[in-house]
Amino acid sequence: MAELIVYGIILGSIIALGSIGLTLIWGITDLFNCAHGDQITVGAYTAFVFTSLFSNMGILQGKVGPFSFCWGVLLAFIPAVIISVVLALIIDRWVYKPLRHSGAHFITSFIASIGVAWVLRGFIYIIWGADFHFYSSGLRTVAFLPLGIKLRIDEIFIVVIAWMAVALVYLFLAKTKKGKALRALADNPGLARISGIDTEYMIKWAWGIAGTLIAIAGILYGIETQLRPEMGWIFLLPLFAAIILGGKGSITGALIGGLLLGIAQQVSTAWLLPTYKPAIAFIIMIAVLIFRPKGIFGRRHI
Amino acid sequence: MTILEVEDITSGYGSMPVLHGLSLKIEKGQIVSLLGPNGAGKTTLLRTIFGILKPWKGIIYFDGKDIKDLPPEKITRIGMGYVPQEENIFPSLTVQENLEMGAFIREDNWSGRLEDIYEMFPDLTKRRKSRAGELSGGMRQMLAIGRALMLNPVLLLLDEPSTGIAPYLVDQIFEKIKALKGHGMTIFLVEQNTQALKCSDRSYILEGGEKKAEGNACDLLADEEIAKHYLGK
Amino acid sequence: MGMSLGGVLNFLVSFAIMASIYAILAIGLNVHWGYTGLLNFGIAGFFALGAYTSALITSPKPVGIMANYVRQAIGLNLPFLLGIAGAAIVSGVIAGVIGILTLRLSEGYLAIATIGIAESIRIFINNESWLANGPQGLIGLPRPLHNIVPRCYYNYLYLVIVSIFLTVIYFAVERGIRSPWGRVLRAIREDEIMVSADGKNVFFFKLQSLIFGAMIMGIGGALYAHFSAAIQPGVFEPLFGTFIIWAMLTLGGTGNNKGAIIGSFIVWALWSWSTFLIFKVVPRGFETRAPYIRYVLIGLLLIFIIIKRPKGMLGEEAHVSEF
Ligand SMILES: Nc1ncnc2c1ncn2[C@@H]1O[C@H](COP(=O)(O)OP(=O)(O)O)[C@@H](O)[C@H]1O
Ligand SMILES: [Mg+2]
Repeated sequence: MAELIVYGIILGSIIALGSIGLTLIWGITDLFNCAHGDQITVGAYTAFVFTSLFSNMGILQGKVGPFSFCWGVLLAFIPAVIISVVLALIIDRWVYKPLRHSGAHFITSFIASIGVAWVLRGFIYIIWGADFHFYSSGLRTVAFLPLGIKLRIDEIFIVVIAWMAVALVYLFLAKTKKGKALRALADNPGLARISGIDTEYMIKWAWGIAGTLIAIAGILYGIETQLRPEMGWIFLLPLFAAIILGGKGSITGALIGGLLLGIAQQVSTAWLLPTYKPAIAFIIMIAVLIFRPKGIFGRRHI
Repeated sequence: MTILEVEDITSGYGSMPVLHGLSLKIEKGQIVSLLGPNGAGKTTLLRTIFGILKPWKGIIYFDGKDIKDLPPEKITRIGMGYVPQEENIFPSLTVQENLEMGAFIREDNWSGRLEDIYEMFPDLTKRRKSRAGELSGGMRQMLAIGRALMLNPVLLLLDEPSTGIAPYLVDQIFEKIKALKGHGMTIFLVEQNTQALKCSDRSYILEGGEKKAEGNACDLLADEEIAKHYLGK
Repeated sequence: MGMSLGGVLNFLVSFAIMASIYAILAIGLNVHWGYTGLLNFGIAGFFALGAYTSALITSPKPVGIMANYVRQAIGLNLPFLLGIAGAAIVSGVIAGVIGILTLRLSEGYLAIATIGIAESIRIFINNESWLANGPQGLIGLPRPLHNIVPRCYYNYLYLVIVSIFLTVIYFAVERGIRSPWGRVLRAIREDEIMVSADGKNVFFFKLQSLIFGAMIMGIGGALYAHFSAAIQPGVFEPLFGTFIIWAMLTLGGTGNNKGAIIGSFIVWALWSWSTFLIFKVVPRGFETRAPYIRYVLIGLLLIFIIIKRPKGMLGEEAHVSEF
């Protein structure tokens, strides 16, 4: 059981990281972004391109400490984040912004985001094919923890990076002027405008943060499993469940929701087939929707 | 000197007009009130002045400049403040953060201003760290006014600040409004409460999107016809 | 790739069958979203329920050595039309239960809840192998009237069958939506509060709409099962079971049944024909990746229509109600 909980925390950390950008955009623009998963896939593959590039140039080949990946993967975070942010800004400029300005129903932008998801996935298939890819073929070292818990060393890295990213976003939203303005915008867009907050400018910031988290989540997810074109799409539904649990726009809610779902999914395997894991997430989500439609925590501070 | 001039404004929602060729003037340094029953179009007028609604016809001059086409985030920057009737706070932000958002466009150091506002509304001081959504109705209204005051606007638009709050607080709010005038601020006060007339220099009466009367507040109160018809006396 | 005339015809016929089945699903969605404003993103669930119900009703229970390979809880070996009826009833009943649980949710949350429910149904069918053979699914499902035409012409007959269903459903929905009942549904879509102020039980009307649309989707699922003669849970994943149908209705015109049909044919044409066209132009070595261009094409078309023609190709039809 202790082992399952630890696995649950690992899974939950990845879900949380993936869902924070999603809930931020949901809170600020009302967009429930169906392309979020495929943007994660793009992030993972962009890092893969740069990792391969470095390895072709014969640089950064050394393994990072006890981890299975080399320095090239670490360096690839930078271009992957940049490209992910630029992509998010381009999509917003050409798809969601026109819809916002025409006062479209939120479901219209939701369906548009399905279109975006297909376009992205199509390009991923066309460019990289349907095969699986790996950042490195290195051996994955396993650590033996007390209580008989076996853990891949990489997973420690994943959890640490995920939590660092989450903490940074939290601090940004809690302490900086732009962060507070983002929360104000999510809270009461009309009053935010009256207060002189430039909505479109802040939405760019929101996509910047979301794009950064998307790329990081994609790479970590790629390190944990492997790269395949459907990776983000499959990952998307648990993310939806996490942000529903957490409540619209709530970062801490998504964090707790993600952890809860991760743990619930892993612990459920003690009794149920592992293939039921996604269904567990949905059933929790549906129960929360029916009994606590504002999320388990109601409205939260951040 | 006229600070705000609205001339022959027609405005509304969708294809439904609410205001029908309305004109009014606000002199600098005065408290001007606008009274009228529910649905008269008072809120619609404020939204139109502040650029949230675009007028279909007519002109709006603020401080001699045509502001008809400016969006609200620009109007905030030229010295007008607005406290909406509803949803006038950021409920999940703290009291302090609400006030900070009021100062969002200020690049200078506004901590002095923050303390002034806490001084003006001492009750808020104790609740600095509370979430605004947890405040009582009266405190929310004070916070909403405080937020708009962070920029020290030349003209402040207030939409029914006394509606839905405890009676003893109503007097307090009108006192604060008079104090603001004492500091040289011009105030456009929209109300249903006739008490507003007592603290204003000039008043307008609006019904069905049309101006029904205007003049010195005392004269309006004294006019039996008007008092009976519009002020519920 | 050379193709004989017969080959082309065969391809067109099976294309038309699939597109018509999708059109039925899209009309079901139109009842939900187009006419009542219900955000059902769980089409795949009703699609799957219909397909599996009809399969279990019409196919015999495997015996002998087959029973070792194909497990299914029941196998009634009943006629096709009973399968269709069963599909409609089961989808309708489950829709009723789902509706009672979820219809009070605000619209966006209803969308997410229904995605979750549809996925849970699929995962359940996938995992509970005793029910309908799990991930391998059911094969060799009976094809109605298969003994009256030669095997190679069977699809022509099936196209006729599907067209009859599509026509009947089309006119049934058109009638329903022009009736006083349909007028209430459309009023709910426009302004729920007004309708309840009129003393109408909004929840009950929504429930009826959900059930009615789900029954149509169930029939679509059954028609699919007997066409492909094989079903697996994988078919009912959100992409092909739900999202593509939303794309079809959105493209054609929400609130317009003709639009639902046209949208289905266009999207399905793009999907199934683009591979052929693309094979002619792509460089050698890229043939395996070329089919994925259709994701890009449909995605772009969807975005383009939403931004440039938000009401879809046909827009909503004006409705004159009979009193
Ligand atoms: N957002 C809106 N959309 C459509 N009509 C509105 C809206 N807000 C107000 N109205 C209508 O405009 C008229 C005037 O409303 P309002 O300006 O709020 O009046 P007041 O503030 O004087 O009570 C009313 O008939 C009201 O129903
Ligand atoms: Mg009002």
